Parts: sequence; C-alpha cells; structure tokens
Amino acid sequence: MAVATPEQLVQGRKAGFPRDLVSVSQRAVRSAIRDPEITIPALFIPVFMYLMTVGALQDFAESIPGLDYRAFQLPVAVLFAVTGVSRAATVVADIQSGYFDRLVMTPVNRLALLLGLMVADFALVVALTIPVIIMGFIAGVSFETGILGILLFMLMAGLWGLIFTGFPYAIAFKTGNAAAVNISFLLFFPLLFMTTLFVPQEAMTGWLSAAADYNPVTYVLAALRSLIYGGWDAQAMLNGIIAIAAVGVLSIGMALAALKGRASRK
Amino acid sequence: MNAAASSSNAIETQGLVRRFGSVQAVDGIDLTVRQGEIYGFLGPNGAGKTTVIRMLVTLLLPTSGRITVAGYDVMRQPDQVRSRIGVALQEAALDNKQTGRELLRLQGRLYGLNRREIDRRIKELSSLVDIGEAMDRFIGTYSGGMKRRLDLAAALIHRPDVLFLDEPTTGLDPISRSRIWDEVREINDSLGVTIFLTTQYLEEADALAGRVGIIDRGRLALQGSPSDLKRARGADLIVARLDGDVSLAAESLADIPSVSAVETHGNEITISVSNGASLISAVALKLNEQGIAVQELTLRTPTLDDVFLQVTGARFQSDGAESASPAAG
Repeated sequence: MAVATPEQLVQGRKAGFPRDLVSVSQRAVRSAIRDPEITIPALFIPVFMYLMTVGALQDFAESIPGLDYRAFQLPVAVLFAVTGVSRAATVVADIQSGYFDRLVMTPVNRLALLLGLMVADFALVVALTIPVIIMGFIAGVSFETGILGILLFMLMAGLWGLIFTGFPYAIAFKTGNAAAVNISFLLFFPLLFMTTLFVPQEAMTGWLSAAADYNPVTYVLAALRSLIYGGWDAQAMLNGIIAIAAVGVLSIGMALAALKGRASRK
Repeated sequence: MNAAASSSNAIETQGLVRRFGSVQAVDGIDLTVRQGEIYGFLGPNGAGKTTVIRMLVTLLLPTSGRITVAGYDVMRQPDQVRSRIGVALQEAALDNKQTGRELLRLQGRLYGLNRREIDRRIKELSSLVDIGEAMDRFIGTYSGGMKRRLDLAAALIHRPDVLFLDEPTTGLDPISRSRIWDEVREINDSLGVTIFLTTQYLEEADALAGRVGIIDRGRLALQGSPSDLKRARGADLIVARLDGDVSLAAESLADIPSVSAVETHGNEITISVSNGASLISAVALKLNEQGIAVQELTLRTPTLDDVFLQVTGARFQSDGAESASPAAG
C-alpha cells in the first residue's frame, strides 16, 4: 500500500449539513435511476387510470354543466403518479444489510440521512409529473394559468408526493421491514379515493361528500384543478398549501421520530 | 492520534456494563488497548463480543461505565470518535447497487474529505482493494473476498486512528483469508493504525494479535499476549479422549510424578506437564491399568484454544478451527 507523506495525510471530520445532504441525495438519485421497478409502475398506473376513467366516465360526467372531464382528471393522474414513490425500500435494504450502520458510524448529520432521501424523492416525483402533464396536453388539456401555472402545478404535486413519503420512511426506520413498509399503501386508498376523485364534490353522495370535507387530498386536488381551469384562485391555493403542510407536519414528524429512534444507540 | 487524546491508550473502558431488559450482556469490563497494537477480542457465541464492539464504535450506549476511543469519550463526543475510527463489521456492509468507486466516494464525502483527498485515498487504497476494473462495476457482482476488501477500504478511506474488524475473514477461502491477514499487518505496520479484532479463528488471533482478551459471559476473563497466555497454560499438554469414567482416570493420572495439572472437559482429559515426551508412555500405561478405553492420545504444546478451554470450560470452535490457517499464512 502506498504510504502518504505527512503533508498528504487526511483526517476524518464532519462534512457539515449541506454537504451531507448533497452526498446522501446524490446516492438516492443514482439509486432511483437504477430502480426502474419503482418509476415504471408510478408512470403506468396513472396513465392507465386516466385513460380508463376518462374513457368510461367522460360522457356521463360532462352532463354536469361546464365540466371538462379530461382537465378534471389530470390532477388525479398526477397524484397517482407522485403518491407513494419513495426510497423507503432502500432504507429497509440498508438496515438489513448493515449499510445503515455503516452510514451512522460516520459523522454524518442524522437529519441529512432522511432529508437527503426526500430531496431525491422530490426530484423524482416532480420529474414524474412531466410525462403525465404531456399526456394531458395530448388529450387536449390546457392550463388557463399559463407556464407559471404549470410550474406551480408541478411544484404542488411534487410537495404532496414529498410529504407523503414521510409515512413509508417512518415505517421503514421504525421496523426495518419491507412488508411493513407496504402498509403505508393502506393510507393511499382512503386518501386518494375518499375525495373528489371521479366527480365534483357537489355530485357526490352525502357520506362520501362529508368524508371528502375532512380529506386533505380534496383541497390539494382543488388547488391543482384551479391551475388548469378557472384561473388564479388564491383561496384554493392557500387551502391546498395548508392541507399539504398539515399532512407534512404529521408524516415528516413521524419519519424524524422513527429516524431518531433508529439512530439513538439505545 | 489526535491532539485531544489525553491518553496513550487507543481504547479504554472502565466498568462497562450493558443490560437488555433483565439480561446482563456485558458485566463490568475494564479494557485497555494501546496505541498501535493489534488486539484480538475472543469469546464464544453469546459471550458479549458484539455488544462490546457496538458500544466501542458508537452504535450502542452502555448502561453504565466509561469508554474512551482515540482519546474521546464515546458517550459525550460520538462524532469525534466516529471521525477517528474505521469499522468493518461482521458482514460486509455495502450497497450492492453502487459501484465500488461510488461507495468509496460517498464514504469519503461523509467523512468530510474533499474531492482531491478522496481521489488520493482511493489511489492509495487501490492496491489494498485490488479489484482492478471491477471498481467501476456494481458491488452486487463482487465475490465474497472482493466485498470484504472493499469493506476494509471503506473503513480506511478517512485514515482512521483505530480500526475495528469484526470477524474480518469469516466465510472466506484460505487464500482470501491470507490476503486479509497480510493487509491487516500492513495497515498496522506501515500506518500505525491500532486494530481491534474479533475473530472466530484462534489461529487468526495468534498470528495477528500482540495481545488478546477473552470474554466469557460478559466478563473479561483473561488478557495478555498469546505467547504469555500459552506459557502460563504449561509447557506441554497431553490430551486424552476416553470412553469410560473420566473422573476416575483423572484421579489416577494426577498421581503421576511431574504432572502439574489435570483437567476434565466432557470425555477429554488435559494433562499439563513440563516434559510431555517423557511422560506420554506413563499416561498410556496408567490408563491401560485402569482399563479405560482410549480413543485418542496426543502430545502438543498449548494453543490459544487450550487457554480458552481453561478459562471458559469449552473449546473455542471445534468446527472450522483447523481450516482457519491460510494456505500461505
């Protein structure tokens, strides 16, 4: 082995939070690109759902005056694409292989271990919105709010996808079990189906309409739809942001607590 | 060793205790490892080795006691400790979906090294890793030996003061094991890195370690250099495996002049003598007189396994121990 001269000697030290964040997220992005089994279903399912739902219900739904069903369904397709896409399975693999121990035996900032993954998830889910939006364009959907509206649409969908990852991460850090991580999909169904998924709220039956009132996804969908049709609606945007923030406090709080427990040395 | 280190010892523990519920896994260990030495830490399965090593490398907090590694308090200054230690745990802890180079780069970045330092360290470690072009292949395609060597390189990327190796050669073929032994010696000789080594192969500890500690039921039962420990065990050992009454045989063998100690473990009798060659025939005759069937009678100098047997009451590792010596080692 070559021996360094004294002036060449290096010494381990803390890299600092920003650098740790970049390092962890770079690895997560690489891993996401190498895991097409995560991204392909995330694209296939929304495209399939969009085509089936619009194909089956467009004529029926457009009996509601003024409803453009293709535009109405585009935010649904985007939420299907971005909800539940995370690197939680990688966290479980790292825990089971001992690689997570290797990471926490470095002076890495503990928060960066979670946020680095989430940065990569955010980049991925924002990227996933692009083909879905292009599909919408092909279907004839246009954004009344223009380019800025499209960017906000992508940002808001990305933020929703990002904060939802807190749930699978919380389960991954808490249990280190791949099967348990899949439980987070139990949240996916009530959140994405007990809302204005197929028809506007005023056309929903009583109990489901009442449930939709308490579902944050209803407000996220309303905000996203406002960017496509109806022009700028500050109240809808504010409600959507509040809904995302409320779920984010819960999900990311749970993930941070689980990470703290995992790295606590207890 | 860093300037903050106030002690000449690389590792010190005082009254180290770890409980898991009602189970006392580690029970008051006082351990001292000097700077620059290779220390072998031995013990049977469940003795507490892994718990001790996990506390030393900041993965687990002790219930009570004090630990200093590389001059820093493990409980109060874990990040300083982490910056000064390198760890290769039992199973090579790697990410199969990264390439070897990507893994080393990430590891270097997490230790705060800049790009130039990382490039230089990868170059320096390349002869140790010795995986050639495979450095740019996914780790999932590596052999077991390649993974262990990469794991070792990852543990060394930031030039640690203290290196922890938890069973570094378990499961490797003799040639790979021999290479790891050479590398451990070189790391210690040329870089002065203190090495804390656990192993399930006593030959490994004997060949590499300047001192060994034997842990049994959570306590440090014995500590010293392999040669001192073996010398203390006696000059020669006559080992007899018997069919029949072992305790009766032991009593009669103890009457032979020049026998310094007789111990029984299962169907095995170990007789410590100063000159085994002159006494082995007397032992055979005595057993024959007693009408005890002898399966095996051997004369040899003490090994660490004999020391281990004396301390813990059990052989260290009956299976695999013989095959532990590397072909070239």
